[in-house]
Amino acid sequence: MFEIFGIPSTALFGQLLIGLINGSFYALLSLGLAVIFGMLNIINFSHGAQYMLGAFAAYLLLQYSGLGYWPALIIAPVLVGITGVIVERLFLQWLYKLDHLYGLLLTFGLALIIEGVARNYFGSAGLPYTVPESLQGGRNLGFMFLPNYRAWVIVASLAICFGTWFVIERTRLGANLRAATENPTLVRAFGINVPRMITLTYGFGVALAAFAGVMAAPIYNVSPQMGSELIIVVFAVVVIGGMGSILGAIVTGFGLGVIEGLTKVFFPEASNTVIFVIMAIVLLVRPAGLFGRRA
Amino acid sequence: MRKILGLAALTAALACSGANAQQVNVKIGVLSDMSSLYSDIAGPGSVVSAKLAIADFTKANPGVKVELISGDHQNKPDIGSQLANQWYDVDKVDLIIDTPNSGVALAVSQITATKNKLFIVSGAAASDLTGPKCNANTIHWTYDTWMLANGTGKALVKTGGDTWFFLTADYAFGHALERDTMAAVEKNNGKVLGKVRHPLNTNDFSSFLLQAQASKAKIIGLANAGGDTINAIKAGAEFGIVKGGQKFAGLLVFASDVNALGLQTAQGLTLTETWYWDMNDANRDWTKRWQAERKAAGKFPTMVQAGVYSGITHYLKAVVALKSAADGKAVVAKMKELPTDDPLFGKGTVRADGRKLHPAYLFEVKAPSESKYPGDFYNMRAMVPADEAFRPLHEGFCPLVSG
Repeated sequence: MFEIFGIPSTALFGQLLIGLINGSFYALLSLGLAVIFGMLNIINFSHGAQYMLGAFAAYLLLQYSGLGYWPALIIAPVLVGITGVIVERLFLQWLYKLDHLYGLLLTFGLALIIEGVARNYFGSAGLPYTVPESLQGGRNLGFMFLPNYRAWVIVASLAICFGTWFVIERTRLGANLRAATENPTLVRAFGINVPRMITLTYGFGVALAAFAGVMAAPIYNVSPQMGSELIIVVFAVVVIGGMGSILGAIVTGFGLGVIEGLTKVFFPEASNTVIFVIMAIVLLVRPAGLFGRRA
Repeated sequence: MRKILGLAALTAALACSGANAQQVNVKIGVLSDMSSLYSDIAGPGSVVSAKLAIADFTKANPGVKVELISGDHQNKPDIGSQLANQWYDVDKVDLIIDTPNSGVALAVSQITATKNKLFIVSGAAASDLTGPKCNANTIHWTYDTWMLANGTGKALVKTGGDTWFFLTADYAFGHALERDTMAAVEKNNGKVLGKVRHPLNTNDFSSFLLQAQASKAKIIGLANAGGDTINAIKAGAEFGIVKGGQKFAGLLVFASDVNALGLQTAQGLTLTETWYWDMNDANRDWTKRWQAERKAAGKFPTMVQAGVYSGITHYLKAVVALKSAADGKAVVAKMKELPTDDPLFGKGTVRADGRKLHPAYLFEVKAPSESKYPGDFYNMRAMVPADEAFRPLHEGFCPLVSG
């Protein structure tokens, strides 16, 4: 056992692993944001509220229909995705031709409404939701005790992130989607239903947020403000990674999770500001973000 | 509620027209956290308590007319200060009450002294409010960090938890609680092995808990409250803290937190409070009225919300005795002169440094099998009498009490 900057190596590796786990939440959430911005040019400020809706849907499914964690992982994102589709059809479709600011204002307003209604009915102290039986407990890795649930979080996020990236960058469907955002008229001329594709894409981005919410429910406090606490950090992650880049969002999410984890060891009081410091530096050096395309 | 206030006002007006009775007008502001991590501990529930206190008092004393407003300080001292200034200067508020979040409370306390109004702190905890930062316009009502430290801290050290590691919320309250508990632990021959400070409103405690685990301290002291405590305990269950032989000391835990955690996770937690809804019939009856007015199912009042009721009752008593609410210092002096007596906290006194005295109770959270009905959270383990529960008068360094 050796020491790095006064911290024993075992403690450091433990913190790095924790950082990776947090990073997987950042990556999942920023993936949804990057998909929505990259494909639709909408700054989806209600992403945090939709993440919260996913967690609440999991809680309500358990309370009122006895459906546990595993069914909720599929049903909750579908339900919240449908609300996303409704929002897109009712409100967002009128804003694509306008400045980015309008989309931001609309989604920000939606976020406030969703959070306020949730707080009105459920209070702010939070709702209980436990880790599913099959994932309880953990194993002692020698340098730290790793709960099984957190290991599952890393695995699931990596799978979803890789799957999404693959679909968008390497399949025909993804190619159609990317083409539709660059030149919708031409793509429509090919007979592809562009508006429907866009609606489903927004729904998918929202479903990703809800999926992250269900994953968070057993370990973080399920409260109406759980999304607003996280969304600011996630936006910083997306900005650092490059606003339209899927790969950028994933890599930056994991990377910043690790950096935040290290800050918690060496200088814990700064742990919720270090990401913004990095964002400021990155924007000064590379204004389009680390992986972003120059607009 | 409006009807009762209206009737009381009408009766007062009629009474005035006959006899020479003087009408006393008072305006009270409940400054609380209405939307963030402390809003279940205080928040809208405190406004309900205030309404009940005003209704009960004006029914018995028709010569008083009380107006009530409320506001959200969002846990930000600058917003709390701006609201306090506006309330005192523009809205002619006489009393500000509640205010969870010690940072905001300390700021409002200074403003209140400058403007010679009155501030009753029910929600915030920092014992500095009756210590170096005390003043003649502030009364610290329900509880404080010294009482928590010497209730829970002392009890745990005496039962074998002699090494501690602190998880501290990085602001005034966390620092005060950590300082007072560290003093209590060391006074009883315990040792503090380390501490880590986390930002207020932290989501993820895994990294801090890892450090706590590595320290091998027997007790992990949670010098935080509300959502932070809930997240820490939840993460602790995941990381097998208790299975690994360490225990959590919830230095500030409320019934609303236990409700959010669920008894399965929270069982066995030792905590100190000064009021619990299920302790006696008077508390239970008041709780039923509070729940009916609150209209939010499944909620139980906390000691902070009970403190708002008790504080307003005593304040109005002093105002009626003086026949005016205008001079904050005079009303505070009267409140310190009169003994307190209300259905919730029973008989007590307000000390020279602004500290309200009443007994403290050591509780332990029940296991799920022991809980017979909703809200049945605690077993009472011990009672600390009022003269021992709070910091001795001359150890506080309050400028009002020198020599």
